[in-house]
Amino acid sequence: MSDLMRRILFLPEAASSLAPRVDRLHFFIIGTTFVVGAGIGLTGLFFLVRYRRGRSPAQEPAMAAPTWMEAAFAGVPLAFFLLWGALGFHDYVWARTPPRDALDVYVTGKQWMWKFAYPDGPGMVGVLHVPTGTPVRLLLTSRDVIHSFYVPAFRMKMDALPGRYTELWFEAVRPGRYRVFCAEYCGLDHSRMRAEVVALEPEAFESWRARQLAQPTWVADESSGEEGTRGPLARRGAVVATRQGCFQCHTIDGTPHIGPSWLGLYGREQPLTSGDSVRADVAYLTESMMDPLAKVVAGYAPVMPSFHGRLSAGEVGALVEYIKSLQPERPEPPPAQEPTYGPLPR
Amino acid sequence: MAPSHAEPTVAGPSYLDAERGLWSWLTTRDHKRIGVMFLAVLLLMFLLGGIFALALRVELLTPGETVMGRLAYNRAFTVHGVVMVWLFLIPSIPTAFGNFLLPLMIGARDVAFPRLNLASFYLYVLGAVMTLWGVFQGGVDTGWTFYTPYSTVTGRDVMPVLLGVFVVGFSTILTGINFITTVHTLRAPGVTWMKVPLFVWAIYGTSIIQVLATPVLGMVLMLVALERVAGAGLFDSSRGGDPLLFQHLFWFYSHPAVYIMVLPGMGVISEAVCAFSRKRPFSYRVIVWSTVGISFVGFLTWGHHMFVSGQSTFGAGAFSLLSMLVAIFTAMKIFTWLGTMYRGSLWVSTPFTYVLGFIFLLFFGGMSGVAVAVTSADLHWHDTYFVVAHFHFIMVGASLMAFLAALHYWFPKMCGRMYPEGMGIGTAVLIIFGFIATFLPQFLLGNLGMPRRYADYPEAFQPLHVASTAGASLLGFGFLIVAIYLGWSLRHGRAAGRNPWGSEGYEWLSDSPPPEFNFHAPPRFPRPPHDYANPGANTEVEHAA
Repeated sequence: MSDLMRRILFLPEAASSLAPRVDRLHFFIIGTTFVVGAGIGLTGLFFLVRYRRGRSPAQEPAMAAPTWMEAAFAGVPLAFFLLWGALGFHDYVWARTPPRDALDVYVTGKQWMWKFAYPDGPGMVGVLHVPTGTPVRLLLTSRDVIHSFYVPAFRMKMDALPGRYTELWFEAVRPGRYRVFCAEYCGLDHSRMRAEVVALEPEAFESWRARQLAQPTWVADESSGEEGTRGPLARRGAVVATRQGCFQCHTIDGTPHIGPSWLGLYGREQPLTSGDSVRADVAYLTESMMDPLAKVVAGYAPVMPSFHGRLSAGEVGALVEYIKSLQPERPEPPPAQEPTYGPLPR
Repeated sequence: MAPSHAEPTVAGPSYLDAERGLWSWLTTRDHKRIGVMFLAVLLLMFLLGGIFALALRVELLTPGETVMGRLAYNRAFTVHGVVMVWLFLIPSIPTAFGNFLLPLMIGARDVAFPRLNLASFYLYVLGAVMTLWGVFQGGVDTGWTFYTPYSTVTGRDVMPVLLGVFVVGFSTILTGINFITTVHTLRAPGVTWMKVPLFVWAIYGTSIIQVLATPVLGMVLMLVALERVAGAGLFDSSRGGDPLLFQHLFWFYSHPAVYIMVLPGMGVISEAVCAFSRKRPFSYRVIVWSTVGISFVGFLTWGHHMFVSGQSTFGAGAFSLLSMLVAIFTAMKIFTWLGTMYRGSLWVSTPFTYVLGFIFLLFFGGMSGVAVAVTSADLHWHDTYFVVAHFHFIMVGASLMAFLAALHYWFPKMCGRMYPEGMGIGTAVLIIFGFIATFLPQFLLGNLGMPRRYADYPEAFQPLHVASTAGASLLGFGFLIVAIYLGWSLRHGRAAGRNPWGSEGYEWLSDSPPPEFNFHAPPRFPRPPHDYANPGANTEVEHAA
């Protein structure tokens, strides 16, 4: 049934856990549209025949819509629209909330290619390998203008913006090769900014990853051939942190210095000078590098300079991954409180 | 010679013959002549935008390069969008038909500020010339939306276009102020608020949006200009700016602008459906309140353009909900129009054919709008051809059908002649089918995953693109026929007489074409418009005779 509908509507195969959810609602909305649309069309045609001038009296019948009918004109469609809105939002919240155990991949869009970097090493241009049956979280950013990472078979897209990280997650349900498009106009070769997701069975993915780690011929950030651009992201992050002088203010052993220590920072709830608090997730850490004075941790002076323009997108990802790796022991995640409106800690 | 001080003539030449010569047109303050001048320029713009639309469709016949390269394609869709949105659709019905009819429909002799009205026209022409010069000279490739940071970093010269659209915006604001003042102050005795013709309500609602929203567009265009010229850094993340800020400001204007484009069309349909059904509106107040509702709620939905932009999940939910509310008003209108036809006396004419096409296509355009406002479904559809098809159903399927309905319904009002009716109906059917053949495949392309603004695409998409291009050529052919027979009818059409449709709309009380100051004698309005139970109750001559 669903496959027949997909064929009629020219939908691509449903290759992610999200796709059947999106498609079900799609069929509901489009089905209702066609039924009511046919009703309206046939009613119009019937009136056209039945009340054609000459056949019916020219004298206007004294009539106006009764109030209950006016209310129904508004109420009945409203009920449908709100139902769809609610069903859609339920799925949307689910689709925007990555599971805690997701595999992270850093994605950088630039005119006109997609680059993928795994925390423990491999980096690729244009091809993203993922395991099936495992949630994968993509942390997206852009080097230049806005791009949008779109996988039609997964029914999922998310914009990649310069200077910030957005996230998208999916779970591929069967092995295959799936097209990736750039969906946000980005200039001359926008229509050629394509890539591919290769979904592998978990064992095949593991052996692919092992092969990649065994022969580190890849270059995670081809813009600089400097020391430290190879190897796992966290190790690169340590090199970047040294080069940028981060350790002048931040320690990695838990001792507070000019700035908060990075040990155990990731995922912690941080009280702010404003009285609010914030969870130190990817978004917050990134913001603190780019706009450090926006949210200052309570007890520290607002002295950190901005690293906008001084860190490349790849270096930011490496730093985040490095901070993430500095955990005294893996913290227990808080109990789930669905729905959750933000990235969850690892 | 301010019109408001001139004496009415009892019988005399029409507005077309009151003065002669090109100069008398260029310096006129007659709202009807200004409306006609707007109409002439708008049709030129439509021709230009249409030529580029066909060029795009030809390029998309095959994957890879067909007739133009990628840069040329990116420029061509920019020209198409900029011309159609900024220079045709936004000004179209208000400036041409609104100008011509609004004073006639409320029994006034002109708009409140005739001089300002002429200034609006020249501002529009100036802005249009700047914009066109800008897109062609600069080879602008940003699309009509000018998204940052692409628009601030592209090597093309975007400045003249930004300034041109800015100037056109001023024309829009001045027209809006003029119409609002006219409706408030110049209604003839008897034309109370709840007797104002529905087209006037639609123009009034549109004018409010124009006056409130357009300044925001002006600001955001100036901010982009500032960014380009002075390097302000507002949208540049490497200097603490925010590229998303542009999208918020832009859609704060441009979503209400959708209603600027479609509300006047709804007003046209509300008039025509009554005239050709010989019935009062099924519910006058539903149409009025839904018009006011759209004008208001339309301001609160802009975030539905940004469900995948990095906007918060909560924000997406709120904007989705508000978008559902605004869709209700359109549904209410559709049911009311159908109810108006119920037990009427339907005259199958060219305008009425467009009315039927409008209602049918607006329904699908509106429902696909609801579909993309559903947050989860939009994850798939956002920025694909589904969205392209959706807004073309609204902009072409609805607004342009209404424009053609208006053009045919009021053609005898404007020039006093009729067009060949049989040919009109046949062409209308051709255009409606051509339209469906063009844009139905685009919905399916969107489902299949074809993103917008692609010069090049995988081969799997080709059959649907070919179907769409075939439909577009039918559509173009249809417009060509309309241009030919209307052009012919301007000189050779048979004389229409005062009221060829037997309409009880207020604008038909005066001669067709109307005299310079609209009425020979002060008209009286004892009954609401389209009161076919009391035909002839509203009259111009009764008290003067």
